[in-house]
Amino acid sequence: MEFGFSEQELAFREEVEAFLQRELPSDWPERSRHWPGGYGTIEVQDPQMAAIAQEFRRKLAQKGWFTIAWPKEYGGKAHTYMQQAIFDERMSYYRAPNVGIATGIAGPTILRFGTEENKRDWIPRIANAEIEMWLAYSEPDAGSDLASLQMTAVEEGDEYVINGQKIWSTIAHLADYAWLIAKTDPDAHRHRSVSLFVVDNKSPGVTIRPLINIVGVHSFNEVFFDNVRVPKRNLIGEKNAGFYYLMVALDFERLLVGIGGFRRVFEELLECVKQAQRDGEPLGKDSSVRRKLAEIATKIEIAYMFFWRTAEMLDKGLVPNVESSVLKLTTTELSRHLANVVMEIFGPYGQLEAGSEWAPFRGMAPRGYLDCVSATIGAGTSEIQRSIIATRGLGLPRK
Amino acid sequence: MDLDLTQEQRILKSSAREFLKKEYPPSLLREMKDDERGYPQNLWDQMVDLGWTGVLIPEKYGGIGGSFLDLCILLEAMGEVCCQSPFFSTVVLGALAILSAGREEQKEALLPKIADGDLIFALAMTEPGGWYGTYNIAMSAKSDKDDYILDGTKLFVENAHLADYIICVACTNESKTSEGGFTLFLVDSKSPGVKCVPMKTLGYDKQCEVIFDKVSVPKGNVLGKVDQAGSILEKLQDQATVAKCAELVGCIQTAFDLTVAYAKERKQFGRPIGSFQAVQHHCANMVVDVDGSRFITYQAAWKISEGIPASLDVAMAKAWTSSASRRVTSLAHQIHGAISFTEEYDAET
Repeated sequence: MEFGFSEQELAFREEVEAFLQRELPSDWPERSRHWPGGYGTIEVQDPQMAAIAQEFRRKLAQKGWFTIAWPKEYGGKAHTYMQQAIFDERMSYYRAPNVGIATGIAGPTILRFGTEENKRDWIPRIANAEIEMWLAYSEPDAGSDLASLQMTAVEEGDEYVINGQKIWSTIAHLADYAWLIAKTDPDAHRHRSVSLFVVDNKSPGVTIRPLINIVGVHSFNEVFFDNVRVPKRNLIGEKNAGFYYLMVALDFERLLVGIGGFRRVFEELLECVKQAQRDGEPLGKDSSVRRKLAEIATKIEIAYMFFWRTAEMLDKGLVPNVESSVLKLTTTELSRHLANVVMEIFGPYGQLEAGSEWAPFRGMAPRGYLDCVSATIGAGTSEIQRSIIATRGLGLPRK
Repeated sequence: MDLDLTQEQRILKSSAREFLKKEYPPSLLREMKDDERGYPQNLWDQMVDLGWTGVLIPEKYGGIGGSFLDLCILLEAMGEVCCQSPFFSTVVLGALAILSAGREEQKEALLPKIADGDLIFALAMTEPGGWYGTYNIAMSAKSDKDDYILDGTKLFVENAHLADYIICVACTNESKTSEGGFTLFLVDSKSPGVKCVPMKTLGYDKQCEVIFDKVSVPKGNVLGKVDQAGSILEKLQDQATVAKCAELVGCIQTAFDLTVAYAKERKQFGRPIGSFQAVQHHCANMVVDVDGSRFITYQAAWKISEGIPASLDVAMAKAWTSSASRRVTSLAHQIHGAISFTEEYDAET
């Protein structure tokens, strides 16, 4: 057993660290308002930050760091998954512009299941960070029960014609392509009736409407597809196998937990507590505050172990499945717990938003309190994760 | 033992709910979030017409002479719709402080105007670095001929920007302790040197930072005895705390009702999500929290109403109800799923 990193891993970690310190503005982690686990905040809100993020992503692509664990023939670095995980941890610790859906979810899924044509069409552009995608999964009546989706894709000549509606489409208004599932065989069993497509946002018939989240940010959209024509070559893998691919894609998504963000927020919180006084006494002397901080620290440590485990499994040739759910459940519940503890620790001052001279913790408390609501809902609710753990993991009966 | 409301209280509750349901839809709450006043005047006028502003004020001062329990019933109904108005700061904090500490001529001058909805009050207590209670209060009130001169800063003063009077806690004795050395002042908010700065918060209420820069307050505007604010505040804090709990009970009742209705109606996997045990257990936990909060709050309210010592009951009610309300709203969000993460949906509040 060895809980430490190898020398090679440590050297890579230092290289990433140095890159982040060099390439990101020093005040970036303070300006980025992302709450770990939350879906509600995106840096592109601020045009100046969006420009920095774009330039930063270009440099990452140059380094080949969008595709750390990909095979060399597809533009990857052929590093280990542990190195990928080390990279993700440092990136999220600095709240750096994130890896994205195309590189984090679509790319690995295409590499695993795509046809040779799929790989030629998409992998180089994904590896070079030329394109970004959005996840076109949820529909008004297909949330936790994704397999009940209604969107149809009907073959017509060299094309599929897509009709239906998607919802909770994060960054659809900013991305280039939809990573989309639709029904291709309405008569088959629901798990063998859907296919996965890449659809150009600019296709005629695509209408994107904003949804404002409770943080006050336009992160979500609802997207309508009205006779949208998609070339057949944009079908990923085999027809009607989409649900199976999707389950694997979701496992990839559940690995993208932004683990470093938890440690970062905790360290910042700790610093604030050390400096804060309450009724003339240092806040950190209060035993209930100390107990809360100790519990959070322990939970973060455990979440980290679940995170490293998934990377270690991938390096051993195993696919994390239940383990992805354990990681997702742990970190998102921690997102809520952390936000609650911040509110409790700062008492009446916790309600103050950024900009107030009396607001502690850069006004992150109200932001986190709202944003954390999304954490345990997106990418499969906590209830869905617990069901996966109980059935797939423990073999408990489904009925 | 009788755990039910009386016939009159049931009527009060149902008529208040009916009125607020009609006059305070969720769209109004959202509309008022960025409004400087935070409430429409005609809503306030109607609340006055219904006698709500005089609920606790004896008939001889122009009120309807109701009980503290009646007040809590109204607050619960307001909590159900998250009604934002100067009711709490005026009728709970202002009227109760005057009733318990005011001299006869102060009662005669101010209470009828509160009952008529003509005066708005705010209470200024917490100071920078301070939390709850009087521990950190450093604002000085120095005697100067016929006046006291108030100097200092107060935080989290709800509705100070609308108030005609700010009831302010200040130090009148340098050897202050937690019990003694503080005095309550009725400060005319238009006095020279009073400055209000709105504080931007997570919620829909309107809180302010209030700076008192050498503000002269006539000695006649002392509320209660000099140096003796401690015992007045202790009583007021008990009452205000239970009143807040009553609002919370209404608020979580609504979150619970919306959620159970949604769990029955929303279908996934070919059945209502409420048919899944995971969701059922969430709902069951919410029942325990909502009903438990109501009972522990009303027990404290009843004791206050009856003049029975209630400090322990009040503390239990607050500790339980505030934690329970976070559990309930968290589960309400969880069961609603993504729809609860949008501004359009009513569960946001």
